[in-house]
Amino acid sequence: MLELRNVDTYYGNIQALKGISIDVNEGEIVTLIGANGAGKSTTLMTVCGVTPPRSGEVYFMGTPIHQMPTEKIVALGLVQVPEGRRIFPTMSVLENLEMGTFLRRDKNDIQKDIDYVFDLFPILAQRRSQMGGTLSGGEQQMLAISRALMARPRLLLLDEPSLGLAPLIIKQIFEIIKKINQEQKTTVFLVEQNANQALKLADRGYVMENGHITLTDTAENLLDNEQVKSAYLGL
Amino acid sequence: MEYFLELSSSGLVRGSIYALIALGYTMVYGIIQLINFAHGEIYMIGAFVALIVSGVLTIYGFSGVSILILAALIAAIYAAAYGYTLEKIAYRPLRNAPRLSPLISAIGMSLFLQNYVLLAQTPDFLRFPALIPDFEFMEPIAHIMGSAELVILVTSAISMVGLTVLIKYTRIGKAMRATQQDMVMARLVGVNVDNVISVTFIIGSVLAAIGGVLVGSYIGQINFYIGFMAGVKAFTAAVLGGIGNVPGAVLGALVLGLTEAYAAGYISSAYEDVFAFGVLVLILILRPSGLLGKAVKQKV
Repeated sequence: MLELRNVDTYYGNIQALKGISIDVNEGEIVTLIGANGAGKSTTLMTVCGVTPPRSGEVYFMGTPIHQMPTEKIVALGLVQVPEGRRIFPTMSVLENLEMGTFLRRDKNDIQKDIDYVFDLFPILAQRRSQMGGTLSGGEQQMLAISRALMARPRLLLLDEPSLGLAPLIIKQIFEIIKKINQEQKTTVFLVEQNANQALKLADRGYVMENGHITLTDTAENLLDNEQVKSAYLGL
Repeated sequence: MEYFLELSSSGLVRGSIYALIALGYTMVYGIIQLINFAHGEIYMIGAFVALIVSGVLTIYGFSGVSILILAALIAAIYAAAYGYTLEKIAYRPLRNAPRLSPLISAIGMSLFLQNYVLLAQTPDFLRFPALIPDFEFMEPIAHIMGSAELVILVTSAISMVGLTVLIKYTRIGKAMRATQQDMVMARLVGVNVDNVISVTFIIGSVLAAIGGVLVGSYIGQINFYIGFMAGVKAFTAAVLGGIGNVPGAVLGALVLGLTEAYAAGYISSAYEDVFAFGVLVLILILRPSGLLGKAVKQKV
């Protein structure tokens, strides 16, 4: 579904991604784990065309997207929940959800989808008229995921959804991600520092270090891998 | 009392003109954090286009209000084209450059446009026809507020309400707000940010051109330099209200216009600018982010 082939991305003269190749198949949950500054977020921003690759190719459902502007990529159904949530702070919860539908043509089903995300995260229904910037971190993460769902993604890109959240909320959010994957048949590509949780949720995983993919396997095998254990699971 | 009302009315008129121009500054700043110093020149070009159009239309036998409306319409179209082109050639290539570069580019465009009109037209003041007719129903209060003042106030009010509705409820308005709040996220929900920026310049330019036509007709003369002072005043109004904040720009403009009018009326017209900028200094000391501006919070 998503293929990255030898992708190089630079910030000025600094090379952030060094020839990485990743595959995500339809229906899977795939995770990308690695330390701070390994290039995980850059990978997602490169896929979305925000920091386009200098060389290499990215394909989504067979379409080359490495030279497409972001809004065209989003229109294909590739939707990102970015790091730090990036809620529109002076828009209400409902307006934030509406922004998620910006490119949708089927305006009739929007209410149904709003009901669906309010069902997933009942707290958001209570906060519907509140400004996005006044929500707590966990609520903002729920809103960010909901806003992405409003776009009806085929592939959902999640960047550290657990960042800065309480363990209980993290658990809830990971359960919802599983639910979205199973109920909506949405493929998920999950970037995480929380390797343990991410690998328990995912089918397959990639390990990233300094802009390289150093390891890839099924999530189960990665959880047992000695190298991963010592470097990322603290075992 | 009557003198006070007269001053208030003239202050509101000035204020609403400043507001029409200030909105362009503040909207552009809100989205790309650029002070578009060439914005005053768009206002001046709007006035020149209206003057030329009204001359042509007079020759063809049009009269009064129809000239005013057509002249304003064509001035708005020209100004929109100038605003769009300005952004495209002077600012867009510098989108990722250090912040000083687009600022210098803006000053350069301002000087360029001034001198272009100076050379293409004339360095002298040109008489601008009084396009706004005298309404009979305004006669009883004409010593306080004349027809021209009324038209300026009403036109500005309609423009500002229109802008507010546009920003609040339309698709492009929502895209503008999203871009202002988080440009990367706006792109990630599918907003074409380049288009939003172009539209912002176009809207600002149209408002400035409307201001130019109204002022030309009200004051009765224009030259290539009127954009500079109007631009500085409108910029002041935008900062006064909190740059980047749309209602703030209107409020700041009205405060500025009234301050000037009272200072000119009660003290001396020679000191009106001193008071105008004095208020700015005062507010920047007491409320550095402007009247309605929010202090920028750095969330970690």
